Amino acid sequence: MKKILLMGNPNVGKSVLFSRLTGVRVIVSNYPGTTVSYTQGFMKLGEERVEVIDVPGTYTLEPTTQAEEIALQLLNTGDIVINVVNAINLERNLYLTLQLLERGIPVVVALNLWDDTKHRGIHIDLDRLRELLGVPVIPTVAVTGQGIKELVENIPRATSPHMPVSNRDQRWATIGSIIDQVQHITHRHHTWLERLEDASVKPLTGSIIALVVLAIAFFVVRFLGESLIGYVLDPLFNHLWAPVLLKLSNLMGGGLLHDIVVGRLANGEVDFVKSFGLLTSGLYVPFAMVLPYVISFYLVLGLLEDIGYLPRLAVLMDTIMHRVGLHGYAIIPTLLGLGCNVPAILATRILESKRERFIAATLISIAVPCAALQAMIFGLVGQQGGQYVAIVYATLLAVWIILGIILNFAVKGFSPELLIEMPPYRLPPWRSVLQRLWMRAYGFLAEAIPIILGAILVINILYVLGVFAAIADFTAPMVTGLLGLPKEAVIALVVGFLRKDVALGMLAPLALSAKQLVVGSVVLAMFFPCIATFVVLLRELGVVNMLKSAGIMVSAALITGGILNLAL
Amino acid sequence: MSDRKQVTLVQMQRGQSGIVVQIQGGHGAVNRLGALGIIPGKRITKISSMLMRGPITIEVDRVQVAIGFGMANKVIVELD
Repeated sequence: MKKILLMGNPNVGKSVLFSRLTGVRVIVSNYPGTTVSYTQGFMKLGEERVEVIDVPGTYTLEPTTQAEEIALQLLNTGDIVINVVNAINLERNLYLTLQLLERGIPVVVALNLWDDTKHRGIHIDLDRLRELLGVPVIPTVAVTGQGIKELVENIPRATSPHMPVSNRDQRWATIGSIIDQVQHITHRHHTWLERLEDASVKPLTGSIIALVVLAIAFFVVRFLGESLIGYVLDPLFNHLWAPVLLKLSNLMGGGLLHDIVVGRLANGEVDFVKSFGLLTSGLYVPFAMVLPYVISFYLVLGLLEDIGYLPRLAVLMDTIMHRVGLHGYAIIPTLLGLGCNVPAILATRILESKRERFIAATLISIAVPCAALQAMIFGLVGQQGGQYVAIVYATLLAVWIILGIILNFAVKGFSPELLIEMPPYRLPPWRSVLQRLWMRAYGFLAEAIPIILGAILVINILYVLGVFAAIADFTAPMVTGLLGLPKEAVIALVVGFLRKDVALGMLAPLALSAKQLVVGSVVLAMFFPCIATFVVLLRELGVVNMLKSAGIMVSAALITGGILNLAL
Repeated sequence: MSDRKQVTLVQMQRGQSGIVVQIQGGHGAVNRLGALGIIPGKRITKISSMLMRGPITIEVDRVQVAIGFGMANKVIVELD
């Protein structure tokens, strides 16, 4: 099968173009032996089915990063290159284009973000550019689909002009001469979006903007999440599903199977959080408590990503992040971690050094609670009063900072410098926002439901067999003595290895005081990653570093829990 | 030789423009900055710098790029 490669600088809309060409069915693969991933899809070219690969963004074929090395290796396997070029920054993008044209592989150029050139006062002479490059050049607007048809029609016309191989200075000289001939820029005033871009990276205005953005993001996530729960999912479960379960409960009568399937009823009523049956808590926790927050969180995060705000937040946070041994870009995996730790730890790959990845991954798994856990913290601890939720968050933030400072001193090495390009602000393309939201929400359900149901099944069986009672007795001195929790709470900590949301739900029937709930939530958040996070941590860090990281987690959780127990 | 004032990106004032004349530092820094189009001869404008040795943001070819303090200190610019 023919292989078509989409190649271009980062932030040129390559991925949006990719989804335009291939539709939704795509495969994300890891390049063997590395942490760099790329996306594969398929498209029809006339009668022929061809493979399309979204190659990691690269500035040059003389690799400066691992992603660029992979891009180079993928290039050697391809048949045709669609070189996606940012029309508003032709100079820099042409550097890669020239390198591609020197290699003898057929190339067609997609001049993307074409609509932006007009209001930016950039005029490009397309015919002259085609003539100078010797390959088809098609203006496209990936987010609206403009030019995609022409691009596809021109793929068979891709050619290679076999430009002479040159060195860096020669290429820049060639680019200078091309730009002189094809690009003409008229002066114009800054738009308000550009003013906002500038203001976002200045210390004072930037901090104000960051606070406003994060506050709005927080309230939108809360509002959407609570509305989905209060107006959609709770009514569905309480009015439609509960009566069905009561009938089923009567039908089954009682016994072990009943307790596993329906769970334990409270005064003849279904309590979705506490009853702990497969069809009660097993469905209610993922669908009605966690999913609403997963949806609202990823919607807001997706918007911030596509508007182009996150790199600016990275610039603003850089100074603080350096104190914990990271640089500003690490704020992006950290924010992702508030959704789910698994993609967050995968996202630490954007950090260059092993040291940074270790620190970032450890901090995320210890002190960044995922949406599932947060939803349960709001649901359970919130019942005792908002101030207790605040204590949980303040504690986790303090742990993140203090542990980060310690790790920065303890782990050998230094934090590398920030160097990032900031995409212009633009209105988010709804299509891609919703597409990604769907993939993330579906991903959550596909992964969480089997584990939650399995966990509840296993827990109920172990409970009946008396295994938990034995563990509880064994660890009682530590749990009651150090943390001030009833010994049954240890079961929740064990279950926390499977799912933290389920585990926190297990604290619900224990009638804990507000203080105990705070200690329980914090320890549960920090103690150990859930199994999914554990697996990616193991894969990303390797066995030795994973063990180090786990050791840090357990000790930090016990110390913090002990301090909280004494202090509150 | 030009008698115009040469400063580093860090020393530049916000809003000032100039031409990059030299990137001091190893192959790595030169390559990474070069990939982003920051090469000798390129005209840039400083947009902002964060407090406490934070990153410097510049505009080069209509694109904003943020550069860590240490690396920004190695970029020498001839002011207009």
